[in-house]
Amino acid sequence: MTVETIDLDAAGVRALNRRLQGRDGPVAGGRFVVTNAKGRHALAVGLTEAMDVRIRGHVGYYCAGMNQKADVTVEGNAGTGVAENLMSGTVRVTGDASQSAGASGHGGLLVIEGSASARCGITMKGVDIVVGGSIGHMSAFMAQAGRLVVCGDAGAYLGDSIYEAELFVRGRVESLGADCVEKDMNGEDAARLDALLAEAGMAADAARFRRYGSARQLYNFRVDNAAAY
Amino acid sequence: MSGNRPERSWATFPPHVISEIHRAADQGLYYIRGAGAWRAVPSFDDLVFLGASVSRYPLEGYRERCDTDVTIGARFASKPVELKIPVTIAGMSFGALSANAKRALGLGASAMGTSTTTGDGGMTMEEREASETLVYQVLPSRYGMNPDHLRAADAIEVVVGQGAKPGGGGMLLGQKVTERVADMRTLPAGIDQRSACRHPDWTGPDDLAIKIQELREITDWEKPVYVKVGATRTQYDVALAVKAGADAVVVDGMQGGTAATQEVFIEDVGIPTLPAVRLAVEALKELDVHRKVQLIVSGGIRTGADVAKALALGADAVSIGMAALMALNCNAPLYLEDYEALGTRPGACNLCQTGRCPVGVTTQDPVLEARLDPEEGGRRVRNYLSTLTMECQTLARACGKSHVHNLEPEDLAALTVEAAAMAQVPLAGTGWIPGRS
Repeated sequence: MTVETIDLDAAGVRALNRRLQGRDGPVAGGRFVVTNAKGRHALAVGLTEAMDVRIRGHVGYYCAGMNQKADVTVEGNAGTGVAENLMSGTVRVTGDASQSAGASGHGGLLVIEGSASARCGITMKGVDIVVGGSIGHMSAFMAQAGRLVVCGDAGAYLGDSIYEAELFVRGRVESLGADCVEKDMNGEDAARLDALLAEAGMAADAARFRRYGSARQLYNFRVDNAAAY
Repeated sequence: MSGNRPERSWATFPPHVISEIHRAADQGLYYIRGAGAWRAVPSFDDLVFLGASVSRYPLEGYRERCDTDVTIGARFASKPVELKIPVTIAGMSFGALSANAKRALGLGASAMGTSTTTGDGGMTMEEREASETLVYQVLPSRYGMNPDHLRAADAIEVVVGQGAKPGGGGMLLGQKVTERVADMRTLPAGIDQRSACRHPDWTGPDDLAIKIQELREITDWEKPVYVKVGATRTQYDVALAVKAGADAVVVDGMQGGTAATQEVFIEDVGIPTLPAVRLAVEALKELDVHRKVQLIVSGGIRTGADVAKALALGADAVSIGMAALMALNCNAPLYLEDYEALGTRPGACNLCQTGRCPVGVTTQDPVLEARLDPEEGGRRVRNYLSTLTMECQTLARACGKSHVHNLEPEDLAALTVEAAAMAQVPLAGTGWIPGRS
């Protein structure tokens, strides 16, 4: 299949997104290479069809935001909010990601081969996020559903005010946030994690991860919990 | 009584304060309730119109045209919103409101050619179908945030804050988090749902500009993008929203309602709508975008006079929330035993957070919800909106205006020094504007 190359220096962000959103012709099943990203914002956002998009270079804010079905790879680092509100498909960052990676993602898979900054997976709602390196503080804040897998370390207040998301960390956790506790990891959990790591292309032994989730003590307002807020 | 001495009222500890101290001592938690500020604040009631006389002439009330249309979002959007009246329905969530209430609001607004707005928790298909023009809110919680709904909307409203709770997030107590509501928000049913006070992926005006760019890219630069702020540092917030690329700014004063939040927020945070309108208009004029970036004002709008006064101070449109719910019979003297069971009465009920709304507006209980027929509710909302519009036109004609947007501060006088200072219109009978002359 032919690969369509879009040079952002020539086309600009507006034309790129129109093309990838299928507003200027069919895109389903297509393969695209985007060059000269140069840290531009809002690249490959709002895609709705299955396609393969490779972005050469670093990207700015919200790359692949609200993606549906498409597979988007950033060959470089990503700015704030990469794959925010991801619905489906896969977004892969070969470098590092800034804060709020995968924020409020509802589905799909976000893979960050490097490390992610603060608030990774904040308010995640069903997305799976796999980070090859470490993550910053307040990650998975108010995380509602989905899985956050960290092959390195996690910063302070991991999973603060977490709901039903699952967190897996291989390295050190600086501290857990309110209502986030370590949970047992049985064989079934390890098998599910193993499958997710394989899907993300991460060579890591699931048995070396620890699992965290909600203690469910803050689900309803009670005076006894006042100190936790 | 103490002997024969008449009782003196206790200014520091009036009955409602004593009662709250007792409640706090019992429960150890802040009081959570619905509705907006109940304390008396300077308001549009403190302004009057200077009807035409000899120095200028009025328009004939029943013969000469007084137009009410408003276009929102032509600054950057290729498909701006065209409304027939300058009164819109504010964002209120399915969850806080029943599905029947949301449908009724949509039907009523559509019948009058105006818009309604989603809320925390996302868009329901019933709401989309009932609303000819629907504004989709992008909120900090991102509950139910869906790009398909973003594209299906007619405009997008990035909610930064709300007049009832600027700087705070929303709540939906467990009794209203039914299976359907929980499913839309990806939460366990029955929990006390907390909404974040800050967006998860941006902070500050520079980030907001990029967020707006993303939303425009996703929707092909078709939809107007509003930015909604609670009224606090209004002049700065409006200017920064404009800088960030908003097509319209929604300013919600402290009288604006909520489905549930801490009472200390409702009563003690934010400024009244009256000064907020004037501050917002000043910011727009300073940037030379007044009437180019539309200003929508909300918070305590109840009558056509309120609408006309907001427009005269420079707003392009207003938005109503609590008043629209009252059109649906909120606080109406019906089902009195149910008010009594809640420990309240018609006219004094602000217990939206309980989910036990006697008239089926703010509930998820199917029995209570059935008390609100959406078709009949839609007619009531239409009638109410029609009344507001006619009242506003009446006042505009009396001031000699052929369009409600031609109303101006010069048409107003203030009845109190406070209102004169806040609205920057002269105290009635004087040329005095505190702080200016």
